[in-house]
Amino acid sequence: MIDLKAVREDFPILKRTVNGHPLVYLDSAATSQKPRQVIEAVARFYQETNANVHRGLYQLAAEATDLYEEAREKVARFIGAHPHEVVFTHGTTEALNLVAYSLGEARVGPGDEILVTEMEHHANLIPWQLLAQRKGARLAAIRVTDEGQLDLADLEAKLSPRTKVVAVTHVSNVLGTINPIPRIAALARRVGAAVVVDAAQSVPHMPVSVGELGADFLAFSGHKMLGPTGIGVLWGRKEFLEELPPFLTGGEMIREVWIDRATWNDVPYKFEAGTPPFAQAVGLGTAVDYLTGIGMEEVRQHDLELTTRALEGLLARDYVEVYGPKDPEARGGVVAFNLRGIHPHDVATLLDQEGIAIRAGHHCAQPLHRLLDIPASCRVSFYLYNTPEEVDTFLSALDQVWKAFH
Amino acid sequence: MAPYEELILEHWRNPRNKGSLENPDIDVVEANPLCGDVVRLQLSVKEGTVKDVRFEGQGCAISQAAASLLTEMIKGKTVSELEEMKDEELLSALGGVIKTRLSCALLPLRALRKGLSERGKG
Ligand SMILES: Cc1ncc(COP(=O)(O)O)c(C=O)c1O
Repeated sequence: MIDLKAVREDFPILKRTVNGHPLVYLDSAATSQKPRQVIEAVARFYQETNANVHRGLYQLAAEATDLYEEAREKVARFIGAHPHEVVFTHGTTEALNLVAYSLGEARVGPGDEILVTEMEHHANLIPWQLLAQRKGARLAAIRVTDEGQLDLADLEAKLSPRTKVVAVTHVSNVLGTINPIPRIAALARRVGAAVVVDAAQSVPHMPVSVGELGADFLAFSGHKMLGPTGIGVLWGRKEFLEELPPFLTGGEMIREVWIDRATWNDVPYKFEAGTPPFAQAVGLGTAVDYLTGIGMEEVRQHDLELTTRALEGLLARDYVEVYGPKDPEARGGVVAFNLRGIHPHDVATLLDQEGIAIRAGHHCAQPLHRLLDIPASCRVSFYLYNTPEEVDTFLSALDQVWKAFH
Repeated sequence: MAPYEELILEHWRNPRNKGSLENPDIDVVEANPLCGDVVRLQLSVKEGTVKDVRFEGQGCAISQAAASLLTEMIKGKTVSELEEMKDEELLSALGGVIKTRLSCALLPLRALRKGLSERGKG
């Protein structure tokens, strides 16, 4: 069990009020709040150790480099990986663009196929669209069932020896669905396709081990897991990282440079061009320490408890339509819904008056919303600092919204 | 829980001038692609004056109530009066709109301006 009172004490923002009410922050899937430990670690870095990494020959630069590399080791341990397989990026979006570009250059040609799913965030869709256009490859999407699950029979039917990439989200940021990555990876491996996993909504919320997933690439963002903005991670299998050409180029990623050519640094540095977000990496390392201190199994159980409570409350209200699996065990801590006949923006604005922050829109998943045949949806998402009482506050505020419109 | 003036909810429940016209002189659609709000405005204009107006649309209460209210405000006005209409006139007629939702409230006005300028060119 998470000691909620102690955890909440660590998050300074939870003390503030919004529109005269205590803040009820239910949008952690968009970005998480930060514990003071992370805020202080970043401030301390700037106050005591700030210097560019991998460059200076002086003490300060050596200390900064050590902290940066220590953060990489923490992140690697957190997902059961080797530090040399952990590339720091500026976020999930950059990580996925990196894979789409570099993997595309190495492995994808005219007539090849790239498989995505109908539930992808635009970050795991648009880079593949552009790759398909650039290479004359074909892009297809694995179907999502009425229950909000991936249709694995459709995946099998669409896999062929021409399939070079299967790009799939681990946890949907709208439906909440937890996709069976080990099964998907096993199927993809049979045809020799690389498996790219968008883990933006999974790594922050549940134990994730790259060994168990069986994928080839994993992307996630620091800011969704208690860390700073501007730092993200691409984990890639060593063989792949070594084979792939670089994406962004410039300083740091090179070994030797002439006017007309250059050779590349070792992995992971080959993929870290320019000054990396090192202060943010240090903050992310501290966030990982914080999560590890709580225990990811505990974080998952807490999310599950709140999601169960929210789902039960929403499903019990006949004016609410809920999207995604009805079984809370099948989801991460994300629930999307609509109030019948009321636009999600109206719901979000009214809840905001009560200090309740929820997301309303298409959540960067327009194809999925088209499939659901709705222009937009409301979304609540939970994290380790949310309480069951906050879920109840949210549910009764929804009743007020419904009343205000009728 | 009252950021929405009763006026907005009232127009949302009972929209004025909702529907379409037979042979409109102005027929324009404007949308907020980010949130899916859509407003279609149709005006019939005789001797520089708005004789009749209808709207259709879907979206949030603020955009749809603003469209309904706008139709009431513009009927009988001259085209040059419409061209000079300021954002403030609609916003204050709505009883004020919180800043996160200004683009919803102003969607119908953007539709009107687009319709007027297309007509000007045509
Ligand atoms: C599933 C998923 N993928 C990708 C992203 C993009 O992450 P970022 O904006 O941090 O790059 C997000 C979050 O917005 C997400 O929820």
